[in-house]
Amino acid sequence: MKILVPIKRVVDYNVKVRPKSDESGVDLNNVKMAMNPFCEIAVEEAVRLKEAGKAEEIIAVTIGASSSQEQLRTALALGADRAILVETEVEAEPLGISKLLKSIVDKESPDLIILGKQAIDGDNNQTGQMLGALTGFSQATFASEVNLEGESLSVTREIDGGLQTLDINLPAIVTTDLRLNEPRYASLPNIMKAKSKPLDIIPAADLGVDISPRLEIIKVTLPAEREAGVIVETVDELIDKLKNEAKVIS
Amino acid sequence: MTALVLAEHNNQELKPVTLNTVTAALELDQDVHILVAGNACSAVAEEAAKVAGIAKVLLVESDAYENFLAENIATLVSNISGDYDFILAPTSTNGKNVMPRVAALQDVSQISDISAIESSDTFQRPIYAGNCIATVKSNDSKKIITVRNTAFDAADAASGSAEIITLEEINDAGISKFVKEEIAESDRPELTAADVIISGGRGMQNGDNFSILEGIADKLGAAIGASRAAVDSGFVPNDYQVGQTGKIVAPDLYIAVGISGAIQHLAGMKDSKVIVAINKDEDAPIFQVADYGLVADLFEAMPELESKI
Repeated sequence: MKILVPIKRVVDYNVKVRPKSDESGVDLNNVKMAMNPFCEIAVEEAVRLKEAGKAEEIIAVTIGASSSQEQLRTALALGADRAILVETEVEAEPLGISKLLKSIVDKESPDLIILGKQAIDGDNNQTGQMLGALTGFSQATFASEVNLEGESLSVTREIDGGLQTLDINLPAIVTTDLRLNEPRYASLPNIMKAKSKPLDIIPAADLGVDISPRLEIIKVTLPAEREAGVIVETVDELIDKLKNEAKVIS
Repeated sequence: MTALVLAEHNNQELKPVTLNTVTAALELDQDVHILVAGNACSAVAEEAAKVAGIAKVLLVESDAYENFLAENIATLVSNISGDYDFILAPTSTNGKNVMPRVAALQDVSQISDISAIESSDTFQRPIYAGNCIATVKSNDSKKIITVRNTAFDAADAASGSAEIITLEEINDAGISKFVKEEIAESDRPELTAADVIISGGRGMQNGDNFSILEGIADKLGAAIGASRAAVDSGFVPNDYQVGQTGKIVAPDLYIAVGISGAIQHLAGMKDSKVIVAINKDEDAPIFQVADYGLVADLFEAMPELESKI
C-alpha cells in the first residue's frame, strides 16, 4: 500500500489577512506561512495507517514555489517517507493543481490518496473531487473515520445533518475533515531526520499540463463591517431590546 | 442560454437550500431547469415543478442515484451538461462533494460558494474564512458554481408549473457503495433554514448543559448550534457546528452563548441579521460583532432568559 498525500502551503490560520491597498489580492508580505490544517490531518492519517502496518510508503507532494519545500519537510518530519515538489510560480487553481497531481498519480500509482478537504486560503474545497474525476478513482470526502482492511476501505463522512458511511474501492481518494484525528507535533529528532529524506523537485512545465488560470481576480476587498453594538446590563434589558428595538422576538 | 440547478433532496422532499440556489440561477438566466436525481423521488420532482420561474424539471430515478454517490451523480450531470451555460448547486456537503467532480469532467474551473452575482461571468465569493471577499471573473464558457444559500433569498416554492421530463441516463461506476447514514432526528428546524439559532460554545462546559438552551429554543422555535470548540470537546455532534468548515447560517436572530468568537466561528454566522452574545468574558471577540452583548454567567442568565421570554 502506497499513500500519496498532497499538501498546501498557506497563511497560518492564526493570521488575520487583509487585502492589498490596490485590491489586487491578499497582502502576503511578512505573513507567517504554515501547512494547511486539513493537510496536517491528512499526513497524520497516512502516518497512522503506516504505523498500524497497513501502508508501506507515504509520499507527500505539493504544487507551488520553492518555498513550499518548508511544508514538505514538515510532512517528512511528521512521518512521510519522501516528498515531491512540483515547482511553479503560477498560482494554480484547483483544476490546474489536480491536473498536475494526476501526472504524479500516473508516475507513482498510489493505492490511496489522502488530502485536506479544503485549503483555508481559497476555501474552494475542490481539489480532491477534481482529482477523483481525472483519475476515475472513487472518493470519500469530509472523512471523520477511515478504516482500511486489506483492499476494503470504509469511510465515515461528515454530511449536513449527520454522518454517512461508504465502502469504496481502491485506488481511492479521501479528503479529511477536522475530527478525523489530532495531528502530532514533529519531534526534534524527527525534524533533523527529515532533512536527509529524499525531496524531488519537478518543474511543473516538465509535466506538459496546461495550468493557466481560468478565473481572473478582479479585486479583493474587505467584507462589509458590522456596526458595533451595545452592551446591555441585564436580561430584562436584553429582552426589551430584542422585542422593541430589533423586533426579532414577540 | 439555460441554467441547470442540482436539487438537494432526500428522495422524499426538496431541501429549502435548493430554493436559494434557484434565485441565484434566475439572476443569471431566464431559462432555469432543476435536475432531480435520486431513487423513487417523483414527489421531489413534483415539488420542484412548483418552484416559481422554473421551465423544466428533469427527473432521473435509479438505484445508482439513491444515495447521491459523487461518482455516479457527477457523471450524470456531466453527460447532460451540454445544453447548459450555468450549472449550480447549493454549497451543501452534497453540492461540495459532487460539483468539483463535474467541473473537472468538463474541464472547467469551478466558482465555489458565491455570495453575489455581478454579471453573467463575474461573481463575489468569500475567501480566508470570509475575512476577504474576492471578485472573480470566469473565462470558461460554461460556469460551474456552488451557491452560498444565506446570500440569496429563497425562491417562491408554490406558484410555478414546470413540465417534468423523465431521463433514462443511468451511470453506475460501481466503485463506491453506500453503507449507512446516521441523521439526527429533531423536531427543531434545520440550522440552515432556521429563523432563530441559539448556539453554545466551550463555555457550556459539557454536553448535558446544552439542555439549558433547549427550553429557550423551544420557546423561540429556534435551531440549536455550536462552535467548533464545543463539537471538538464532544459536547454535541458535528452537525451542530456553525463556522468556516461547518454550516454557514444567517438567521434573523443568532444567540451565541459561551462562545468566544474565533474567526472560524464568526465566518459562519456574521451575516445574521441580529446577533446576541452572552459571555462572562467581557473581552471575548464575539462582542465585536454582536448587536447586543450581555456580560454574564450563562448559567444564571439563561434560566432567567428562558423564564422571561
